Formats: sequence, C-alpha cells, structure tokens
Amino acid sequence: MPIKSYLAHPYKGRKKELMRELSVINGCEVIPSENENVLILVTDTQTKKEEDFIRSQLDGIVSLQLLAMVSGFNTLKD
Amino acid sequence: MYTSVLLSDRRTFLKKMAVLSAMTAAATMFPGILFAEEQERGLPKGGNLDWKKAPCRFCGVGCGVLVGVENGKAVAVKGDPKSPVNKGLCCVKGYHSVLSMYGKDRLTQPLVKKQGKYVKTSMKEALDLIAEKMQTTIKDYGKDAVSIYGSGQWTIPDGYVASKLFKGCIGTNNVEANARLCMASAVTGFLTSFGADEPMGCYEDIDHADVFVLWGNNMAEMHPVLFSRLLDQRLKRGVKIIDLATRTTRTSMAADKVILFKPQTDLAIANAICYEIIKNGWVNKSFIERHCNFSKGATKMGYGLKDKYKFKDRPAKISFEEYKAFLEDYTPKKVAQISGVSVKDIKYMAAYYGDPNKKVMSLWCMGMNQHTRGTWMNNLVYNIHLLTGKIAAPGNSPFSLTGQPSACGTVREVGTLTHKLPHGVVMNKKHREHAAHIWQVPVENISPKPSYHTVEMFRALDRGDIRFMWIQVTNPMVTMPKLKRYRDATKKEGRFIVVSDIYPTPTTDIADVILPSAMWIEREGMYGNSERRTQYFEQMVQPPGEAMSDTWQLIEVAKRMGFEKQFSYKEETHIEEIYAEYRRHHEGEKHAMAPLNVLKSEPGAQWPYVNGKSTQWRFNAQYDPACDNGKEFHFYGKPDGKAVIWQRPYEPAPEEPDNEFDFWLCTGRVVEHWHTGSMTRRISVLHQAMPHAYVEFHPSDAKRMQIQTGDSVKLTTRRGSIKLPASVNERGVPVKGHVFVPFFDENVLINDLTLDAFCPISKQPDYKKCAVKVEKV
Repeated sequence: MPIKSYLAHPYKGRKKELMRELSVINGCEVIPSENENVLILVTDTQTKKEEDFIRSQLDGIVSLQLLAMVSGFNTLKD
Repeated sequence: MYTSVLLSDRRTFLKKMAVLSAMTAAATMFPGILFAEEQERGLPKGGNLDWKKAPCRFCGVGCGVLVGVENGKAVAVKGDPKSPVNKGLCCVKGYHSVLSMYGKDRLTQPLVKKQGKYVKTSMKEALDLIAEKMQTTIKDYGKDAVSIYGSGQWTIPDGYVASKLFKGCIGTNNVEANARLCMASAVTGFLTSFGADEPMGCYEDIDHADVFVLWGNNMAEMHPVLFSRLLDQRLKRGVKIIDLATRTTRTSMAADKVILFKPQTDLAIANAICYEIIKNGWVNKSFIERHCNFSKGATKMGYGLKDKYKFKDRPAKISFEEYKAFLEDYTPKKVAQISGVSVKDIKYMAAYYGDPNKKVMSLWCMGMNQHTRGTWMNNLVYNIHLLTGKIAAPGNSPFSLTGQPSACGTVREVGTLTHKLPHGVVMNKKHREHAAHIWQVPVENISPKPSYHTVEMFRALDRGDIRFMWIQVTNPMVTMPKLKRYRDATKKEGRFIVVSDIYPTPTTDIADVILPSAMWIEREGMYGNSERRTQYFEQMVQPPGEAMSDTWQLIEVAKRMGFEKQFSYKEETHIEEIYAEYRRHHEGEKHAMAPLNVLKSEPGAQWPYVNGKSTQWRFNAQYDPACDNGKEFHFYGKPDGKAVIWQRPYEPAPEEPDNEFDFWLCTGRVVEHWHTGSMTRRISVLHQAMPHAYVEFHPSDAKRMQIQTGDSVKLTTRRGSIKLPASVNERGVPVKGHVFVPFFDENVLINDLTLDAFCPISKQPDYKKCAVKVEKV
C-alpha cells in the first residue's frame, strides 16, 4: 500500500493545533516547517482500510485549510 | 520477491523519498523554508530507482513529473520541483499515472475482425491490411472517403505525421481530433479576437493576479494542481477566488464567493459586466484607442443540428458608441432577470474587473467552450479584459485552460483539425505552399477546402460519405454526443474502422482492426500544455508485446501506401527528425519552437522561443520580441495589429426544459478519472474511489421526488434513456431543476442522451445543456 507525502496548510494561527491533530493519527508522520505556515505530512498505510481511515480522520480536522499531495510510492512489488 | 526485511528497508527508503519530495516542493513554494534536522539529512541512501522527467500523461496543465524506473518497470511518480508548472506538486491522477500502463487486459497484439470474431495477427499483417483498405477505399470512393480521428493525447509527432499523411500525401482534409470536443471554441475565440491562437499569458500570472474569476470552471477537480497554486496565493497574499458556475462543486467550497447562473446566460452576464465597466468610467480609453477595434457578426446562427449545416460569419466594424448602445440591453437589472444572478453580484464582479488597482485573471475550460455560443463566450470575456486593458501583462490574464496533455501542442499547434495546417490554414495559398514545400509534396495535393469537423465527420460516416476511419488514442464511442446515431453508423455495411489504443474500450468494440499502442513513456514524444509550453519525454520502459507508438504505426502505413520519400525517417531517430521538420513550419518570432536539446534539458519551453528564451507574455512589447509596431502592445495576429471587441448577444440554448423534459442535464468529469476512464478505471485505487457514474440532485428536488442517494433513477431525453444511481448532497450539488452526470463510466453512456448541437463558428458540441426527464424507478 502507498506511502504519500503532502503539504498541509493550517488556518492562520492554528499550526500547532494542526500539528497535534495530525500527530495522533496512526500512520501519519508530521514534519513542521520552522519558519513557514506549512507542515509536511507523510502517510504510510498497509491496507485500503487503513488508508480510508486516515482519509476520514484528515477530513475531520478543522484546523486544516488545504492538503496538497506531493508524491506517492507503491511499496508492493509484483 | 522481496523478503520482509527488504520490504521494511524499502518502505523506509520510500518514506524518505516522500519526505524529500515534499520538502523540495515546499522549498519552491516558500523560498528559505526550514525543516530543522530533516533538511540536513539530505538524499536518502539505498534503492536503485532511476528518476526521469516527463510531462504528466493526464490533463492539460502539463505538470512536470519524475518517473521512478526500476528493473524496466515504472514504479513511482513524484512532482518535479524544477517544473515551473507544478513546482513539485502532483495530483491524484498524476501520482497514479504509471499504474495505468500495467492493467491486466492491456492490448499487446493486433486483432483483426474476421467473420465477426477478433483474430490475433502480426503487426505486419495488420498494417498491410490497413494500407490496402485505405488504398481500395480511395480507389472506389475517392480520397475524401478516408479519415483519421485523433486526440489531444496524441504526441506532437503522432499528430504531425497524421496531418502529413492525410493532408499532404493522400490529399484529404479529413483530419480531426477530439480536441474539437474540448477546446475548439477557445481556438475560434482567440482567432476572432486576436487573429492568433492560444493564451497570451502563462501560469505565472497566478503569482501576480489579485482576483480570479472562474467562468464555469471546476478547477479543484479538473486542474487540481493549478487550483492549489491559486489557494497558495490566497494563503500568501489574500487573493479572491470567485466561482461563477451553474453547479456547486469542490471549487465552490474553496472559493471566496460563489455566483450561480442559469445555463447559457453567461453570455448576458459578460455583457452586463461590460455595461458596468463603461457606465462607471472604468474603460481604459487609451488602450482601446490604440489597440482595439469594435465589430459585430451574424446572429441567430442556429445550432448545427442538421447534417451538412453551413455557417459563415459576416463581420462588420462598428463604433464604440454603437457597441455602447448595444449594451443597453444588458443592464444588471435586465440581466439579473435572465440569469438569476443578482444585480449586486454582477456589480461585484464588474467592480473587480474595473478596479485599476486589481489584477484579474479569468479562467475557463469546458463550461465556456462546450457551449453552442462558445466562440461568442470566449470573445465576451476578452471584451472585458480589452475594455479595461487588463491583458497580456503579468496577472492580467484571460486564460483558457485545456483538458488534454497536448490539446495545444498537437491539435492547435500541429493543426490536426480539418481547416488547419502546422502553420496556418488550408484555405490560405501561402500556407499550403509552405506546408507542401516542407512535406515535399505537390501543393495541389493539399485541398484548399476544409472537409468535415468532428460531428460532421461521424455524420458522413453514417451517410456513407466516409468509408474508412482510423481512430487513435481516443474513445469516441463514449464521448460523441447523441452517441447512438454515431455508434450505429460505425456498424453499417461497407465501413472500415481501425482503432489504435492500449485497452479494450467501447470504441475498440466497433473496430475492424485493433492496433495495440505504446503509451506515454513506453515511447518518445512531446506534449504542449495550456501555457504554450512544449515538454519532451524519452522512452523509459518497453511497450508490451507488439505494441507500437501511434507515430510509427502511421509511418509504416504511409510507406506501404507509397510515400516512402516523405516518411523516410529512421526508426531509432524518427522523433528527433520529425520534431526538427515540424519546427520548420513555425520558424519566425511569432511561433518559433525551442530546439530539442533545450526540451531535453529543461522542464519545457514556451513558444515563441526566440534568441534562446521562452516568451511568457505575448503581444506585450516588454516581453514579446515579435511586437514591432513601436507601441506598448501589438496584437500582431490581426493585419492592423489591433484586437477586436465583439458585439455578441445573448441567445438561448437550442433545447431547454419544458413540461415533458423538465430538468437541465449537464455532464462533466471527476477528479479521479481521466475522461472516459479507460486508463484510470484500471487503477484500483482510483476505480475504488469512484467506481461508477451517478446523477447529482439538488436536495430539494430529491426531497420532492422522494429520491435518496443510491436510489435508481431513469433519465430520458429525446435521444434515449439510461438508469443510474442518485447522488444527493454529495460531491457536487446542482441548482434546483438541474441534474449532473459524469461521463467516465462506459457502462452508463450518458452521451446516448446528449444533444449534438454545436457552436456554429467552432463546431464544438455543447455537453452542458439539454432537457431531460427524471423518474425514480
């Protein structure tokens, strides 16, 4: 299943809140920028169910203004 | 197979790559951005992916992607941070794009229909048969009985050799491409307003504009990466995004202001904005005095619903005062009644366009182009920008987006439409001579008369005027409007259809010969995107089985037909040779194309490419070396160097809801699927995300009709009926009295219901408006 990376843009003044909310989701790794209002989010899922769950969790985050996907990698080989 | 340990290592490696891609993208968007110690770790070690650049296979944005190849297979995609188009971003289709090459039912061997059944054959035998069929058809019925129907997904070399074979060698103008269905109105809009096709601006306008007006354009789903750039500018600079639409979409949800209008009344709204601009004294007088003419054309043109419909416009110059008087019919109050848009909202938009301190970008795509008055709509938006002088300068940009990766590059620039040549049009003697010289054919070979545009080409197939059709990299048996007529046409006795594609589709179902094609990075080629950017990609992996590029299929057939001299390209260098030949058509400061070595080393180049430099803003002397009138702007597409402000009225749609068919039907796309889904529906994750078509309702209509999401609904128009599940208050929400159906699902052919009415000038059909009856079943 895929590993995907995103740029996560918080609403103004809610970067720390977004960081907290993303960090508690299983399968999510968050790297905040030190000097800009943006975070890197990496999702790592093993199953479709896990991926759907992460997606539903992300949809519910109110401090998240925009999530822009940057890359994705399939981890299984034929 | 990898062991679990190796898999773990691989996951770690890929995760680092994912982080790095995001950091690089962020660095492009936020120069100087810091990510603490993560940034210092640098490139991850391990893995043996070979990353190569290419333009994305899907949509007309033309994102630069890096494709990771491992052991001869494309396994990963990431946005190319060096690309000025997407700056490292990548959308859901782009990310999954390589998976579309590895569907289980990939066509790998030619199939020939014999006694009703497809029989595997060799490529040589299939190509022999195609050449022989073309020759006998020409002998029996004349050269205009053969045709080719291609696509905005053709590479530049594909379209070039198709045009050369059919127009230059065979001598028929029966060359069309599916871009007729997606951006022909943009072409005729540019030509009538400026005398030269394609946007004068570029994507960098996004970084300068203060206000974005989206004219019937669901950018969030159709051009997601560009829309991310708009949202990024809102984060950084607080720009305004206005969604002017007939349906609430994901774009609406992200917009600052949503203005909904009744179908077809965008014509009236644009005129009302012009009325307000003049009334409030916001006209840039010196600009229009120096750089604009005013004209009117024929009206009540009809809608092309009957076979062999002809239309010729009758342009006539008018004065500014006459134009001003014409606009009296479009006061905000009058237009509010026609359009359903409030006087306040019309004035709101006009004020932004009129404010000299605001830079405005207008963006559109299918909403304006798939329109029975599509050319007029394009003219009217240009009118707004010309009246205010907000054009051809950073941030002031009327911008027509395309839907396909090379609709601009292959269809508009190569000229794979019946009236076009690589440089100019078939009607122009000098243009014919220019093409004939480069093609090494007698000029008499090139017919001075355009033959059939797409809808008429399929009508000609139905009538028997066309007997042979070669369809490459498109799926018209899903996309043609009023589809049943044209599907039945292909099955008639005495028709011979060749289809080149990568997967079985409803179009391969009607083929006499199916040729397996090499896809995207399985061959070498170039695409041209919406901002005049030509991008090169090398062959990165081998095509499966006997699959062959569309370019080489055409060359092989051309040679078999006796055109060895014109198609004497070497297999190992043919793309380079073709591109070098193609560039000769466009020599000169107005359209020069970048040399191949530049395209290979850079993330594309924008024509006109002059003195080693791309041109970002045309017609502006500060940026465009072709401007030579000594003024600030030079619209050199027109003989007098002036752009045209057109008097174009509001006229109703050809079919509107009535007592029997009481809803409007609009069709369109979804973010997960590329057009007819023949590729993206074979990508498991995208197919699962959007498995089938549906019909969207407004909640109040659904409540009144006791329809809930998932209920089966029957849609009926004067052309046919289909059943499909309802969608209420989900992704998109039409206004009351409207329904929306996406067209990606070949099991639910919505185009059996649509109308084949088209813009009389562009000949582009309108897929957005017809009358439909809705029943819960």
